[in-house]
Amino acid sequence: MGLMSRTSAIVRAWYSKLLDRAEDPAVTLDYSYERQLELLQNVKKGIADVVTAKKRLELQTKKLETELPKLDEQARQALAANREDLARAALERKAFAQQQLQGLDQQIDDLAAQQEKLADSEKRLSAKVEAFRTQKETMKAQYSAAEAQVKIGEAATGIGEEMADTGLAIQRAQDKTEQMQARAAAVDELVESGTLEDYTTSGTQLDRELAQVSAQNQVDADLERLKGELAAGGKQKELEKETK
Amino acid sequence: MIVRVMGEGQFRLEGDAVGRLNELDDRAQEALERDDESELDRYLEEMAALVKRDGERLPDDDLSPSEAIVPPSDMTLAETKKFFSEQGLIPDVPQ
Repeated sequence: MGLMSRTSAIVRAWYSKLLDRAEDPAVTLDYSYERQLELLQNVKKGIADVVTAKKRLELQTKKLETELPKLDEQARQALAANREDLARAALERKAFAQQQLQGLDQQIDDLAAQQEKLADSEKRLSAKVEAFRTQKETMKAQYSAAEAQVKIGEAATGIGEEMADTGLAIQRAQDKTEQMQARAAAVDELVESGTLEDYTTSGTQLDRELAQVSAQNQVDADLERLKGELAAGGKQKELEKETK
Repeated sequence: MIVRVMGEGQFRLEGDAVGRLNELDDRAQEALERDDESELDRYLEEMAALVKRDGERLPDDDLSPSEAIVPPSDMTLAETKKFFSEQGLIPDVPQ
């Protein structure tokens, strides 16, 4: 048996199980319709969950992107202070942040693809649910006729397939979303703790040293600025003297 | 013949395309038996592409059942195995 036949059998078994409680075709129709509406709600919720997860990753991307120039500046200041070791550490952090960013881009794309798939599923299912709803009452009115029985069976099968397909799409999107939430939480933790790389205890030491270098640089820059201002002021006075 | 490509909708497929689809289906089945994920994905992708290219898309509100269903091509081997197992991959709709 090929994969297509096996898939058909699986899908058929899935919706038979879903609808097996009703013997009366009229009840089956109403019951099926209720389940269809539930599934439509589920797919809408699935889309909302994917969108939320995607937004979270986008926020992380922004956070990491603001870290990059900061780390660059720290490395520059460390180098200016002849602390190549610190500069290297800052650049290692930057490289790690960049790696994370690339991973995030991929994950955001994946979630966007899931979102699109679910939106397509919702569109197909809601069109079928609407068609089913309009046919349901007509079929119920005629269900004693043998032909109507066949029609009910076919319509239930047609929509049952779509339901199984949608159910699978929701499940897979949910799995993906959960995986990404877990990874997002891990990256969040790294960003929050300020240790983009595992520096464990030396991470705080590194921060201190980088801060010291940064402060030292700031003092040096201010000194230069003040000296410059004084010199300019002196020159100005001399100029003023000469013109007098 | 009406063929559903999971995640893509239903298509009406006629003529020798049906034969080609069945051939690919046999190869996909063999790839799954060999646990060859990349070959399996390749055949499933070819099947989906063939149906979409040579088939005529059914309107979304058509309630006709399909005579064949092509499983998704983007599942991992583990997912595919679970899909075809007793346990299944499609969750029940909560009661």
